[in-house]
Amino acid sequence: MRVPVEWLRSLVELPDGVTTEALADRLTMYDLKLEEIVGGGITGPLVVGRVLAISPEPQKNGKTINWCRVDVGRHNVSSVPDAPGEDVPSRGIVCGAHNFAVGDLVVVSLPGTYLPALGFEIGSRKTYGHVSDGMICSTSELGLPDDETTASGILVLPPDSARPGDDAIALLGLADQTLDLEVNPDRAYALSLRGVARDTAIAFDVPFADPADRPTPSTDRPAYPVRVEDSTACPVFTTLVVTGIDPEATTPAWLVKRLTDAGMRPISLTVDVSNYVMLELGQPNHCYDRAKLRGDIVVRRARPGETLRTLDDVERTLTPDDLLITDDSGPIGLAGVMGGDRVEIDEHSTDVVIEAAHFNPVTIFRTQKRHKLPTEAAKRFERGVDPELPLRAAARVAELLVELAGGTLEPGATVVGDPPRRSPVSFPADLPERISGVPITPEQARATYERNGCTVELTEGRFTVTPPSWRFDLNDPYDFVEEALRTAGYQNVPSVLPTPTGGRGLTREQELRRRVGHVLAGAGLVEVTTLPFMGPADLDRLLVPQDDPRRDLVRLANPLSAEEPALSPTLLVGLLRAASLNIGRGHETVQISEIGRVFRPRAERREAPIYGVDRRPTEEELAALDAALPEQPRHVGFVLVGERQRSGWNAPGRPVSWTDAKAVAQRLADTLHVELQIAPGSLAPFHPGRCARLTLDGEVVGHVGELHPKVAEEYGLPGRVAAGELDLDALIAAAPAIGPKPDFSAFPVAKEDFAFVVDESLPAGELEAAIRGASELLESARLFDVYTGDQVGEGRKSLAFKVRLRAADRTLTDADIKAARERIVSAAAALGAELR
Amino acid sequence: MSAPNSDYDPVEVTPLRADEVERMRDEALAAIAAADSLEALKQVRIEHAGDRSPLALANREIGALPPAARKEAGKRVGRARGAVNQALAARTAEVEAAEFERRLAEETVDVTLPADIEPVGARHPLTTIQEHVADIFVAMGWEVAEGPEVEAEWLNFDALNLGPDHPARTMQDTFWLDPESAAMVLRTHTSPVQARTMLTRTPPIYVVCPGRVYRTDEADATHMPVFHQVEGLAIDKGLSIAHLKGTLDHFARAIYGTEITTRFRPSYFPFTEPSAEVDLLCYVCHNDPAKVADCRTCGGEGWVEWGGCGVVNPRVLIACGVDPEEYSGFAFGMGLDRTITSRYDIADLRDLWDGDIRFTEPFGVGL
Repeated sequence: MRVPVEWLRSLVELPDGVTTEALADRLTMYDLKLEEIVGGGITGPLVVGRVLAISPEPQKNGKTINWCRVDVGRHNVSSVPDAPGEDVPSRGIVCGAHNFAVGDLVVVSLPGTYLPALGFEIGSRKTYGHVSDGMICSTSELGLPDDETTASGILVLPPDSARPGDDAIALLGLADQTLDLEVNPDRAYALSLRGVARDTAIAFDVPFADPADRPTPSTDRPAYPVRVEDSTACPVFTTLVVTGIDPEATTPAWLVKRLTDAGMRPISLTVDVSNYVMLELGQPNHCYDRAKLRGDIVVRRARPGETLRTLDDVERTLTPDDLLITDDSGPIGLAGVMGGDRVEIDEHSTDVVIEAAHFNPVTIFRTQKRHKLPTEAAKRFERGVDPELPLRAAARVAELLVELAGGTLEPGATVVGDPPRRSPVSFPADLPERISGVPITPEQARATYERNGCTVELTEGRFTVTPPSWRFDLNDPYDFVEEALRTAGYQNVPSVLPTPTGGRGLTREQELRRRVGHVLAGAGLVEVTTLPFMGPADLDRLLVPQDDPRRDLVRLANPLSAEEPALSPTLLVGLLRAASLNIGRGHETVQISEIGRVFRPRAERREAPIYGVDRRPTEEELAALDAALPEQPRHVGFVLVGERQRSGWNAPGRPVSWTDAKAVAQRLADTLHVELQIAPGSLAPFHPGRCARLTLDGEVVGHVGELHPKVAEEYGLPGRVAAGELDLDALIAAAPAIGPKPDFSAFPVAKEDFAFVVDESLPAGELEAAIRGASELLESARLFDVYTGDQVGEGRKSLAFKVRLRAADRTLTDADIKAARERIVSAAAALGAELR
Repeated sequence: MSAPNSDYDPVEVTPLRADEVERMRDEALAAIAAADSLEALKQVRIEHAGDRSPLALANREIGALPPAARKEAGKRVGRARGAVNQALAARTAEVEAAEFERRLAEETVDVTLPADIEPVGARHPLTTIQEHVADIFVAMGWEVAEGPEVEAEWLNFDALNLGPDHPARTMQDTFWLDPESAAMVLRTHTSPVQARTMLTRTPPIYVVCPGRVYRTDEADATHMPVFHQVEGLAIDKGLSIAHLKGTLDHFARAIYGTEITTRFRPSYFPFTEPSAEVDLLCYVCHNDPAKVADCRTCGGEGWVEWGGCGVVNPRVLIACGVDPEEYSGFAFGMGLDRTITSRYDIADLRDLWDGDIRFTEPFGVGL
């Protein structure tokens, strides 16, 4: 809401010495937040000039500049010999624009003028071969709004509106400032000078005269007949008629100025007056050309398929949810949003029907949204306009049309319906103090409410307050707490630290997730955060087959990009993009991880229910909400590219291999004290022969391995790339509350080595598991060598283990060791292993 | 027993003469002193302290002396051999120490050579700042609550007093799941976690909810469609805005330093009433008159916008099953991404998201 300060001051007499800045600060603390102070920054000799002569001079760069002689009255220099025309006292000025002619009055910024729109002080400077002794100003350079007549450049003043040398700052009101206030959606009343002025008066504790308090025409006879078919959507509808207005009459400068300062474009006197009253009182209103109306005005819902060409020249198809203003010809306006073009005031209109009505906010909100028409009128109606205003606002429009356009107000007024009545709100008298924490006595609160137009009863420690018709934000007891606090001052809230008892700290899940984060960093991985948006093409890049369940995506109705309409079912999409970006930026080694949610639809898709808000939903109802949500477990993913150990002066580098991915997974499992079962897996985007499927008690919890070479190539990742993705929620859920206990023996160890020759297809893990299970004396078994070649024969391999044996209760004897060896060998033999 | 009769000595044994023993001893000591390696000492030991050394040989002659002379000669030779062995041991220790020193000296390395074989990981500041904030509140006895990112429309809006026709609902640029009739959204704030907490716990409730939220903003230097918030919720008997102020003051000091305070400006949020915006005293210029005008962090305001807050609207309490007659509460929320970018002078928000490892590495494992 733009509030011209001059206009505001005309409605409220502020205490002496209140600057615009002080006014803005006070209003900000009164919940009318200042966005910015507009205007008022021009200083220096900005004067009116008359163009005496123009010499167009084509330049080498193709454009033509105008070398002008300008009469600036008392600011003239006695002689400018090289300027065009007769050398009389004047100034020579170079101007690049062309929308002015000899004899025009223009605005000249002489050297020394500061124009905030340019950000610098104008000087006398040599340009295009002349000394330009000032600048002829455009509207935008003066910080004025452009309209069709000035958009092309130089501001040309009306003939005879001033004399050369006059101060243009005063003439154009350029010293005036405008407050641009951010009005919160609940403060509908502040979308008017009336509302802002009332708040200003209360905030500064000065008297306030309501501009809406004005005599209204007698309703003993109707003005223009109206029928309202939907009194819920349109509780009040009024019309007045003004006849005989002069179609030639133009809008006076003061009114244009206030309108433009408030951010509206002047259009024609009638429209300007209508807009002016909307700004002044907050009541949107509409003027129809009476000659174009056919029969009674009827307010009704649209019929299916009905259309209306609105003032913006768009043909709109209406729905029965739209509220219409109609006459015998059909729709003539989209109620509360925009008028229709058939009944528009034009340059021949002399008789005007003024409409001012009250509409239901929700009706207007829906129509406005449906037609994407957030007009000034709709903005006000959807938030709530004072229902007591229509007749008074219509009378104000009529008054101005009579005064400015020579019209006559026809006797009578049509008023259909009654303004809705406000219900009183009751609450304990100490509520404002109790909730705000600021000492506010009931008497202070009462004074605040009354100043704001409320009717207040205070009996037996309870307030019963009826809010005024314009306050749509005062409905609940806490709304009155806010009202009292706004006056008492938010800056006076004391600072008291609450003292909760018995916090239980982080949950086990939260704590373990942090541990995982630290362990990943300790493993040399750099954490990234990536966006979850993706599309089927990303799955193509990952070679995910068409029948893969991950192809079933959680899709957005309104994605930012058509290429990324879904939420990712895998962290690898974002991680591979990030890896690719790093490689593209010249990194040779990239080892990154991410912990984040992935998304997949439920097998049975449901709609999430919408409940009322007057009570807590039942447990079943709450469960139904969660049952509709897609699955969104937290995963941990990682991608390793380049060297796992860097090459250096003392060691050769070790390139990343699939084992590094497995090592990371095992480290995570160790961190959480869970035991992963590892078996060959097959899942995109992994190498089909180098992928491990990780399971926990039969439940698949992830895959690790080497990235499929084609995927690595697709993302421009060099060498062999290791990657993995695990369901972190599942891992954490499986983590025992207490980890394994220390269990070791102090008796001596016996170290035994075994080399077994097995079929090449036998997974080493199976043999290792067999060895581990062979003897209760086995403390550890570690595979230290894998050999294939002539010595073991075609299709065979040698797997060598270092085994440590130890008893909990005694020193092992040779017989113990021998027996254990035999058991290990025979367990291995069961898998076809021969001792080498 | 008669005294020894020196006249009876058949011979005088030359090697046992006092001057001779002294000479042998001195020669041995000189050789020991001259030995400068363990190798040389080994040779000296053989020559001067071994079985064939002059003193050892002289010792064997003692038996040839008349009994009366043996004692004296034995003492003389014994002392000499003792002196030699002692000197040998001392010299050996000396040489060993010197040789060890030399070995250590030879093993000197160039410690400026790089030792960067192992990869170095780091944690993302958006993760660690969420943990940092959580810790501040956990230390006050609060708990950390979490919830899903794809959320039911009812929990994201309706339960928070943002009905379908609430004008404020259009202020939220919401991602809707397809189809829109499924009534699910990417949560636009972490407030549904507050609703979930009230729905599942009984007061007193003191929770913070850090997490990821979504708005349909195109990514640019100052906007991202995904960002992070922390919200707090306290529901208890007798809570007022003063407790809200106290909590935020404490939070501000914990994050930005002890001299930082907060201020409230009235505002509007559907889920709180009264509502306020909370500003932080500028943590760069401290609103110091000498510095504030040129301060880029606060743009000369002296205060930096921090977040929104207020008293939980009783309508929200009712929808979430809390009796507003018995309990009151407050809530607050602020963005975390901007906290990072402003504190570390990061000009482009996209740097937090595109995954360049050089962004994260400097943070190490904590802020």
